[in-house]
Amino acid sequence: MTEPTIERRELLPALFDSPDEALFISGLAGAAKDTAAFTDDGANLFTMAGTMGAAVPMGLGVALNAPDRDVVVVTGDGELLMGIGSLITVASMAPANLSIVCIDNLQHGETGGQTGHTSRATDLEAIAKGSGLPSTMTISNPDQMKDGAAFLKTASGPRFLLARVLPTAPSVYKRNFDPAECRVRFRDAFLGA
Amino acid sequence: MTQQSVDDDWSATLFRQMLDAGVDLFAYVPDAGNKRLIEHVDASNETRSVLLTTEEEGIAVCAGADLVGKRAVLCMQSSGVGNCVNYLSLVNGGRFPLLMVVSMRGDFGEQNPWQYPMGQAVEPIFETMGVLTFKVDEPEDLEKTAAAAISAAMKGSQSAALVLSQKFLGAKAF
Repeated sequence: MTEPTIERRELLPALFDSPDEALFISGLAGAAKDTAAFTDDGANLFTMAGTMGAAVPMGLGVALNAPDRDVVVVTGDGELLMGIGSLITVASMAPANLSIVCIDNLQHGETGGQTGHTSRATDLEAIAKGSGLPSTMTISNPDQMKDGAAFLKTASGPRFLLARVLPTAPSVYKRNFDPAECRVRFRDAFLGA
Repeated sequence: MTQQSVDDDWSATLFRQMLDAGVDLFAYVPDAGNKRLIEHVDASNETRSVLLTTEEEGIAVCAGADLVGKRAVLCMQSSGVGNCVNYLSLVNGGRFPLLMVVSMRGDFGEQNPWQYPMGQAVEPIFETMGVLTFKVDEPEDLEKTAAAAISAAMKGSQSAALVLSQKFLGAKAF
């Protein structure tokens, strides 16, 4: 595979027109930092700082129960691999309003940059396809980000976009780490809407 | 024809209680103990099931449902409780309400030695992770114990496990 050249901090702003257009669930570490920076830690976002692997199934729970909203899970390669079976559960339920964006930096950035499985033999898009997700795509250079944005808008859901990125630092953003506060914030914003 | 008693079809009773409590999504890993409950779920047009690949997914699915104001339940065999431990951090730390239905292995009358270690660890794990246990041993206890677990989760915002023992379910023969 070609070496990725996407700068991860530029990814989410390039994929979405507005941080308000979807409900966002993000997995821990870099994915949470990038998503919090993109949405300014908005009330339409629930980020994790633990429970590695939980982002996709939590996004599934949201998507199945909020069918009129677009739901986006932002995860990393390590986080996704820890709950990889959840792609199969998503495919079985097939919520059309769910998109999964995996920021694949080929390493465990949060814990010291140890090499990850995706830098060796593993192709997450092939796993997503094999799990039964109807629409999958891989991007790895900045020119493809607009194609990724179009894919997220138009492809049949649930969608899986694998963004292979440079192993550079995620966004710098100090988000709310209290999951109880974030839960109430999200519910109030959604249910009050 | 005799009238069907609760223990003849406790799954129907439990399903009705869940439905009355506003639960419309049942995440599950298949088990003999929840087979009929999920059949009721799939037969109803008011509810749906989510077949999981592993039990901890269900914790996150239920939490996601709560984020948008819906009520879900996680149904699993006791073996799956061990898979859920870390994800109970999300529930405990985030104060998410959670309702689980756990069908036991490795307790009363178990013949398979593989089942004992996890089965015996279920209640200590729940206690450690802040989950309230509501255990059913006798058929006549099912309805009121289920009501207590449902109230704890859905009204009291607790994480609660309705634990169906093998004394209640019957032990599998080997």
